[in-house]
Amino acid sequence: MEVFLQTLVAGVLKGGLYALIGLGMTLIMGVMGIINLAHGQFMMVAMYITYALFHFFGLDPYTTLIISMPSLFILGVLIQKYLLNPLMKVESILPENQVLMTVGIAMVLTEIARFIFSSNYLSVRTSYSSSAFYLGGISFSVALTVAFGFACFLTLSLFWFLIKTDLGRSIRAVSQDSEAAELMGIDSGRIKVITMGIGAGLVAAAGTLLLPIYYLFPDIGGPFTRKAFIITILGGLGSTVGAIFGGLTLGLAESFGATYIGMDFEDLVGLVIFLLVLLFIPGGFRRFTKV
Amino acid sequence: MKRPSGPFLLLGLLLILPLMLRDAYYQHLMILVLMWVAIGSGWNLISGYTGQVLFGAAAFFGFGAYTAALLSSKLGVSAWWGLPLGGILSVAIAFPFGWICFRLRGPYFALATLALNEIFRHVATIWESLTDGMIGILVMQTFISKLPYYYVALAIAILSIVTVDVVMRSRWGYYFVSIREDQDAAESMGIDTLYYKMLSLCISAFLIGIAGALYTNYMGFIDPKVVFSLHEISIMAILVGIVGGVGTIYGPLVGAFIMVAVQEIFRTGGFGILHFIGQSTGWPFMSGVIKYVSEAHVLSFGILVIVVILFLPNGIVGDWSLIRKFLIKSKKPAV
Repeated sequence: MEVFLQTLVAGVLKGGLYALIGLGMTLIMGVMGIINLAHGQFMMVAMYITYALFHFFGLDPYTTLIISMPSLFILGVLIQKYLLNPLMKVESILPENQVLMTVGIAMVLTEIARFIFSSNYLSVRTSYSSSAFYLGGISFSVALTVAFGFACFLTLSLFWFLIKTDLGRSIRAVSQDSEAAELMGIDSGRIKVITMGIGAGLVAAAGTLLLPIYYLFPDIGGPFTRKAFIITILGGLGSTVGAIFGGLTLGLAESFGATYIGMDFEDLVGLVIFLLVLLFIPGGFRRFTKV
Repeated sequence: MKRPSGPFLLLGLLLILPLMLRDAYYQHLMILVLMWVAIGSGWNLISGYTGQVLFGAAAFFGFGAYTAALLSSKLGVSAWWGLPLGGILSVAIAFPFGWICFRLRGPYFALATLALNEIFRHVATIWESLTDGMIGILVMQTFISKLPYYYVALAIAILSIVTVDVVMRSRWGYYFVSIREDQDAAESMGIDTLYYKMLSLCISAFLIGIAGALYTNYMGFIDPKVVFSLHEISIMAILVGIVGGVGTIYGPLVGAFIMVAVQEIFRTGGFGILHFIGQSTGWPFMSGVIKYVSEAHVLSFGILVIVVILFLPNGIVGDWSLIRKFLIKSKKPAV
């Protein structure tokens, strides 16, 4: 029972971060209609920013959120404006051109990181990295709990932003029907640029929050891109509430898989769930949420 | 009717090329190009012509490669039997996969193929009793000379190009293109889209599987990280397809040539030119430049993807008229 509860807690805490990764992806998916296969690489860039600030200026990883998130916002904006938006005017045979473009972007980001920081494994060791506190015999990693708190806060802010502000409403309008939104006077090109920025900013937060308990190397983006799209598919593409459920499901599945099947199977479990969801509940958990 | 002589000239050139290029290194590169022609043609059939983007070509490639390797290491049969069997077993994988996943459309299907690729890679890594996991499988090479491999690779490349050509000239080809252009319209015209997408996927998987088996035979060593690699195989296959030209017969040939050339130019520092410059001039920073250039080949791939998609969305063969216009214009600006 104790093992079960411990696994549950670990899964939920991890799921909170995964939800943050998935939220950015699902926003981008909803508005642009493309899968951003450079999502994990955005996260990698944010992690390197955090690492550099920690290493050279001694900033606490959580403080660097105020730098890593805006930087990634700008990166996302630039990429959308100069690389992805122009593609909409280009005529080509394959409709998935933009997705392929994100693959190219992902490769470029990874390799630039490799140039600057080399392929070595890096980590940010803080006083709280490996400490834990206990509640009723179950251990909570301090860093992971703090990260979970931040993730909840950011998720709530995102929902407030999407529901209450004009810009947020415009984003939702474009994601529901971009042509109709344009007829209502929304500049969908601008909304796309902003959405990409927000998506990149959210995943940047996830990267920065994860860094104290994780390690870092240039190829780390790939696995997280895969996780991000698994989460997005689980939740239903474009559904923000779904992404939270998707993130939690993946977190739980991975931690139960690791505990009860074996550490090797951690990644495989996610992929198998992904295929099962694609097959049996296409559209993901969105079906059950109606949001 | 005038028969185009270009393909036969090209074929003749390819037949005598290894006899003129004696250097084993260049023969090796030519074999790689021909292998990529087969993979690129397979990718092109399902993605370029049928419009179902395959993000996981390595799933079939690796399956073919492991079929050949396991035949030799577990059953003691010659790995060459892997060529036909690897293709057939890849089809056996493609069949249920397509049956299930062709209900998904566009990006969903692309992601499902990516997941298939990842699942195979994990399985090949974990199932150590069968595949030896990360240690990989060693297969004895049959020939010391590269020539036999070259002609086998050439035969496979020709097979794949001819297959795609024949299929695309037939009734099937029109069905495939109609599915790419508008699946609902194709369905309403009475085309069984599931059936024809499956057909296209199976032919693709067959070609890619054979190329995988060839890889095992030629390289003599495989491990899950290499043959199921997302970057080295799956994305490279997409690159070969889009750089050469999506939905063109000779696109994969051009794409394969360019991609292997780009890869090698960076890997070897411009075929040793940089090294030569460094030695003859004695500039101390040249060794640093060489090191960076040799690490930059993936970066160059990424930049190539971005540039090609932005400016030549239909690839070099597909946008040849554009390129020609551009070249002519820049030569005589007065026109």
